[in-house]
Amino acid sequence: MALMNLLEAINHTLDQQLTLNDDVVLFGEDVGLAGGVFRTTADLQKKHGEKRVFDTPISEAAIIGSAIGMAVGGLRPVAEIQFSGFLFPGYNELVTHAARMRNRSRGRWFLPMVVRMPYGGGVRALEHHSESLETLIAHIPGLKLVIPSTPYDAKGLLTAAIKDNDPVVFMEPKRIYRAFRQEVPEEEYEIPLGKARIVRPGSRITVVAWGAMVRETENALKLLGDADAELIDLRTIAPFDKETIIDSVKKTGRILIVHEAVKSFGPAAEIIASVNEEVFYHLEVPPARLTGFDITVPLARGEHYHMVDPKRIAREIKRMLSLKA
Amino acid sequence: MLFKKYDPLKKKVFRVLGQEGKIVNKDYEPAWSDEELLAIYRQMALGRIADIKAIQFQRQGRMLTFVPNQGQEAAQIGPMLALKKTDWLVPGFREFNALLAHGLDLETAYLYWYGNEMGSKYPENVRALPVNIIIGTQINHAVGLAYARRLKNTDEVVITFIGDGGTSHGEFHEGMNFGAVLDAPLIAVIQNNQWAISTPRAKATKSETLAQKAIAYGIPGIQVDGNDLFAMHAATKEAAERARRGEGPTLIEALTYRLGAHTTSDNPDLYRSEEETAEWLERDPLKRFRIYLTEKGLWDDDREEKLQAELNDQVLEAFKKVEARGAVAPEDIFRYTYEKMTPELEKQLRSLREYLAREAQ
Repeated sequence: MALMNLLEAINHTLDQQLTLNDDVVLFGEDVGLAGGVFRTTADLQKKHGEKRVFDTPISEAAIIGSAIGMAVGGLRPVAEIQFSGFLFPGYNELVTHAARMRNRSRGRWFLPMVVRMPYGGGVRALEHHSESLETLIAHIPGLKLVIPSTPYDAKGLLTAAIKDNDPVVFMEPKRIYRAFRQEVPEEEYEIPLGKARIVRPGSRITVVAWGAMVRETENALKLLGDADAELIDLRTIAPFDKETIIDSVKKTGRILIVHEAVKSFGPAAEIIASVNEEVFYHLEVPPARLTGFDITVPLARGEHYHMVDPKRIAREIKRMLSLKA
Repeated sequence: MLFKKYDPLKKKVFRVLGQEGKIVNKDYEPAWSDEELLAIYRQMALGRIADIKAIQFQRQGRMLTFVPNQGQEAAQIGPMLALKKTDWLVPGFREFNALLAHGLDLETAYLYWYGNEMGSKYPENVRALPVNIIIGTQINHAVGLAYARRLKNTDEVVITFIGDGGTSHGEFHEGMNFGAVLDAPLIAVIQNNQWAISTPRAKATKSETLAQKAIAYGIPGIQVDGNDLFAMHAATKEAAERARRGEGPTLIEALTYRLGAHTTSDNPDLYRSEEETAEWLERDPLKRFRIYLTEKGLWDDDREEKLQAELNDQVLEAFKKVEARGAVAPEDIFRYTYEKMTPELEKQLRSLREYLAREAQ
């Protein structure tokens, strides 16, 4: 066991997988020599060599496209897109090939590949460095989307993602890269994809969050004192753990989804639609979502208006609990 | 060495078998036996007739949209003959002949265009990725595949094909550049068939040749008569040797012509002249190969007639099998989305099955 922050846990996991499996390769812009712009991949090239940990030209299409070829060729590529906002030149490859190769070849080829990318706001970054693009991944059949919220989960989920035989997009909430430390076991372990985590049980309201919003919600619950809320960390956005959410709503009758991504057609819409389909008559009050606004993420001086924070979450939970069933 | 001699900036085109069926470059005449030469002609003729028949089937409403390959047989088969079965083919979408030459059976190749994904499930021993519709993307798959096979300590090479139009795509640049940086064992063949649907080669790029784009990537590039099977074979052979030695990618521009339409939904009469097509018909790769065989005493009209009848039967037989197994089972459209079906997909499949059962009553 060692105390690690999210970033250290990711670095440790990549190091461990590179050590345990010769087929794992790691590449992207500035991941080798420099160890990544956030230092997520620090020292890995020195340790595992330039053939397995390497820098690429500034070519996101080549990064994701070549990962597809590497996976066909028997490797387990872990590609990095420097910021999720830079994904778009490579998005073509992700959607038109990575997501479909297993299906279009009827299982002849499949792609054990991971595309990592820091995402989300709250770090007062430049334009295109703060987006939350979950929907653009989760909407594509054939892709999986995983977002960790703690160092412990980051290791278990990333290990599972690397071992998975389908393409996994692994979005890292960069805002909490260094936010807190947690005990992370040294030995290899997996957290199964598609399974949510009940962060704390409760009986009066279900709150679903992921990434940096889990911590924001925990802080909101601290502000509220005794809200008796059940907080669920979704962990895998696609395919998402409907069962855990449904079971929780059956118990609480109230559901709030919290996400950074913009509101319209966002992940909350899908979760609420599923709740309505499955347990509509268990709902005591209308389901609600607290999300980014339907706007371009503002630059640093205006970003605080857009970000969901503990105060807003606390206020919304209070409002929902005050509604009569 | 070939690539030094044929500088694309000097517009030197590499040719071995001339348009009139005569050897114009003795040094590169391959040392194939009579049997081998006849087998190669048979391969080209099969590609040609399979193409003609596919269009007929499409017109009869028995086949869906098909991408014709006529005129590009030498540009595809020549390179594949220079490679081993353990090498890899990463096609675009007009590489029907390359796939067959690499060992794919006609039935499977047809099945894809018939509208069934099983037509992209190639047998284990065929090292090829499926037909790739999205222009340019295959270059990057080929780069990654080539890198992986080298990292696995094999001497395998990867060949990929792209069209003249495809070279305008950003991914062509990203892939060629990255492949060169990695010294990936890669051969990229541009089938310059002069037309990207209705856009002529001259409007695709200001570059005088497509081969010269290699210079910017720091790799060899060569312009080859793409209707000359011997030249395409020889250029690919040298490119493969370079790749196996660890010297990185080579770019081969095959000067050829799409004798048919872009797809069965296209009408080339709208954008190009009959004179142009007639001129290229004179340069037909099969025609010159036939003359070469005839002058060697290996071919005559009787043999041609007999071969055509045989191949015709072979094609009809394959298509009959395609029609017999063309239908898709409902579970097939779900079960390959992920390694394991998600609970949601299982639910959706159940709902489709229930609906179909009710409808059938």
